[in-house]
Amino acid sequence: MKIFPLNLIPYGTKFDFMRLRWVSLAVAALLTIAAIAAMATMKFNFALDFTGGTSVELRFAKPADVDAVRSQLAAAGYSSAQVQTFGSGNDLLVRLQAKEGTDPADATRTSDDVVRVVSTPGNPAQRLSYGYVGSQVGKELAENGLWALLFVLAGFLAYISFRFEWKFAVAAIVTTLSDIVIVAGWFAVSRHEFDLTVLAGILSALGYSINDKIVVFDRVRENFRAMRADPRDVLNTSINQTLSRTIIVSFVAFLTVLALYLYGGGSLQGMAESQMIGIVLGTLSSIFVACPLLTIGWLKVTKQDLMPKARDEAALARRP
Amino acid sequence: MLEYARWKYVVILVVVLVSALYALPNLYPQDPSVQITANRGAAIDAALRQKVDATLKSAGVTPKSIETGKDGNMLVRLSSPDLQTKASDALGGALGSGYVVALNLASTVPPWLDAINAKPMLLGLDLQGGVHFLMEVDRKAALDKRFEAYLEDLRVVLRENRVGYRSVERRPDNSLVVLLSNATDVGKAQELIARDLPTLALETDGDQLTLRVPEEELQKTLTSAIEQNVGTLRNRVNELGVAEPIIQRQGSERVVVQLPGVQDTAQAKRILGATATLEYRGVIEGNAYEALQSGNVPPEGRIFYRKEIGIDGKPVPVILNKRVIAQGDQLQDASSFFDSQSGTPAVRVRLTSLGGQRMFEYSSQHVGKPMAVVYTERIPEVKMVDGKEVRSTRINEQVISVATIQSTLGRDFQTTGLESMKEAADLALLLRAGALAAPMDFVEQRVVGPSLGKENVERGLTAVLYSFAFALVFFLIYYRMFGIITCVALLLNLLMVVALMSMLGFTMTLPGLAGIALTVGMSVDANVLINERIREELRAGLPPQTAIATGYERASGTIADANLTALLAGVALFAFGTGPVKGFAVSMILGILTSMYTAVSVSRAVATLIYGGRRKLKSIAI
Repeated sequence: MKIFPLNLIPYGTKFDFMRLRWVSLAVAALLTIAAIAAMATMKFNFALDFTGGTSVELRFAKPADVDAVRSQLAAAGYSSAQVQTFGSGNDLLVRLQAKEGTDPADATRTSDDVVRVVSTPGNPAQRLSYGYVGSQVGKELAENGLWALLFVLAGFLAYISFRFEWKFAVAAIVTTLSDIVIVAGWFAVSRHEFDLTVLAGILSALGYSINDKIVVFDRVRENFRAMRADPRDVLNTSINQTLSRTIIVSFVAFLTVLALYLYGGGSLQGMAESQMIGIVLGTLSSIFVACPLLTIGWLKVTKQDLMPKARDEAALARRP
Repeated sequence: MLEYARWKYVVILVVVLVSALYALPNLYPQDPSVQITANRGAAIDAALRQKVDATLKSAGVTPKSIETGKDGNMLVRLSSPDLQTKASDALGGALGSGYVVALNLASTVPPWLDAINAKPMLLGLDLQGGVHFLMEVDRKAALDKRFEAYLEDLRVVLRENRVGYRSVERRPDNSLVVLLSNATDVGKAQELIARDLPTLALETDGDQLTLRVPEEELQKTLTSAIEQNVGTLRNRVNELGVAEPIIQRQGSERVVVQLPGVQDTAQAKRILGATATLEYRGVIEGNAYEALQSGNVPPEGRIFYRKEIGIDGKPVPVILNKRVIAQGDQLQDASSFFDSQSGTPAVRVRLTSLGGQRMFEYSSQHVGKPMAVVYTERIPEVKMVDGKEVRSTRINEQVISVATIQSTLGRDFQTTGLESMKEAADLALLLRAGALAAPMDFVEQRVVGPSLGKENVERGLTAVLYSFAFALVFFLIYYRMFGIITCVALLLNLLMVVALMSMLGFTMTLPGLAGIALTVGMSVDANVLINERIREELRAGLPPQTAIATGYERASGTIADANLTALLAGVALFAFGTGPVKGFAVSMILGILTSMYTAVSVSRAVATLIYGGRRKLKSIAI
């Protein structure tokens, strides 16, 4: 029996990732700046969750097919209408944003349009009531979200500085932040709808990205202690050693999210999209951005930074 | 060399069994049902049961069962949501204001699971739907309150500036009329009003000032009342412990409240719509019966009735001061407890500093005199007049306790004399959650389907299963025997998350699914780290068993660092996030904890079980 039956990634690769570091850093910086610019100038295409819109209560002559109603609305240009059953099977509650170009406050016109769109000859709809609905998430979420992000970053900084070195902490956070900024920027550029599930997707991209960096850094730390080589070689070796793991994990994670994107229907698409981009970016940036950052300027790591100190040894001993 | 402590296997076995047990209730579907709860003064009894039976029969609804639960509520189980709506409408009309009729999703979990407190996971509004309440502000009550405030402001302004007046009152056409005692003061009064109440339109006619409140000002009053109510409702829902509700303003006078999944909707309804509050008032000594007969009530007093029934079979009257010492909105905190001294359920309250100050002043001047606690409740009533629904409200004021002030009182108090512990708990909750700025009525209650649509949710869940299956197949092919081990770890991880979510009563939503997707990713990562590390050690020439042991040991450190970082993020998101962000954080935190255990500990136990016993192990399938 062969010991290694299936290898996606050849072992013992010796790619010189550091050679490209100025190029890859420049690309990352440009993308980040472009993403920030996009968010500032193009704004997000916020979904109903954030903006509020019109709600229409409909009564059909016969029990209605929620999915069919949703696709009729989508065909008429209301791409992200929320349609849910409301009491009996004949009643539906539809919530949607006004079409671009119509006054969002003009609920009458929008609701008239909705009735016209969803009625079919065999199953006419009748409007029971309609009105304007406020946004589901207000200022509260925005403010708390910002606080949450700040505390997450402060927490990362503290934990990684304690377990590794402050330079690693800064490099990991800067890279992770740039990853999620680019994901968010993509939603501004593509005008794809930004709803709460996209927000959740971006947060999980944050989790994935930082996780990926820690794994690579962990190997960097180990090699700094074990190898007699200059930092550039140590970093290169570490990336190469973890390469198979990095790629397999990304591959599996990407394909599972791809399954969500392909089969999950509209409700999961935004989330899956942000996760897919996040996974690709998170993986690439661990290799091409996070490690190169450790070789330049005041983030340059040396063997001394990582030699076990008394405090570190105590911490290592406690490690599970 | 490759050993694993026996007690750790025992722990794993226990964890698997407990997880399976607590994940089990999720397999039982829920019954749409109607729950009937008695209001203050009404009872759930055999007579009610007959009435319910008869009402359902005449409405043409055949229930699956009618049962009375331990909590004293009656539960009518039905076979479909359509029948549920029908039954609820019929019963709501027939039972009147003595009972709260609410929709519920009753669990069908067998009693033995119930007994160990195993409940199904709560599903959020996006995945399962829930109950939908439409509430409307009582426009008249809100305006009355505003006008009262205007009148009071006017009196204060005039009094403080020594402008004599004969009367300040509200006319039916919503104007305010001030009659001054001295016509020469008109100019001064005009000036004062223009300064302090600039929004009012002013007309003068001799010694009479007529003030009009502009329409937009009234509209603003209503809007701000609604906004304040949305805040109060949110507090109340939070106090009820409902995760991920939707509370939205709709139009200018309505609020939509949607609560996910199973819960005591009757209680939710009672608490959302309730306007019960406590008031502390001084007692005016004197014979209340005499005053009642002669109609000779002291000018500063008003007759209230006590809860106790007198010799004449009617509630005992008592004269209380019109002025309120402290009331609901001056309460800072409240909690319920059982007072062993009085033998009745009680509420412990803490006043705000302003309320405390007033209480201190009053009580220090009235030591040895009695003080009363008035329980005020506003009960909406719906009557059918000529086939039309007529909504009205009844104010129920009851003196629940009269006690002598023993010594000077400060901010902290106890109020005894409540009917039941449930009432005490509800009242404490209401007091904590604040009073509604204007009373609200329920216009509508419905069961709503999942906001993402049933088909979407089903498709989403199928996709989750697909993606999960895909990961498992990949591992089986890529890592062979260790792939099986990885699969066991992943599946157990999923089982544990479901069990924990169910056990702790967290709500599962679509963002929550994102959190689980992430932790599956983290779990995959941990397993890949271990497997790759073992391959690496094998390539370095270590014998298989040593390679396994070293692989696990070396990878655990990395896994711990990576997972703890992510865990930290989860905790911060949980602490500061609201709604969906919180849902995401919860499943992520739980998932990370379980994946650390399953990836490191459980998979190692399985690997040891398979490879640990063999003496001459030449190769392993990885």
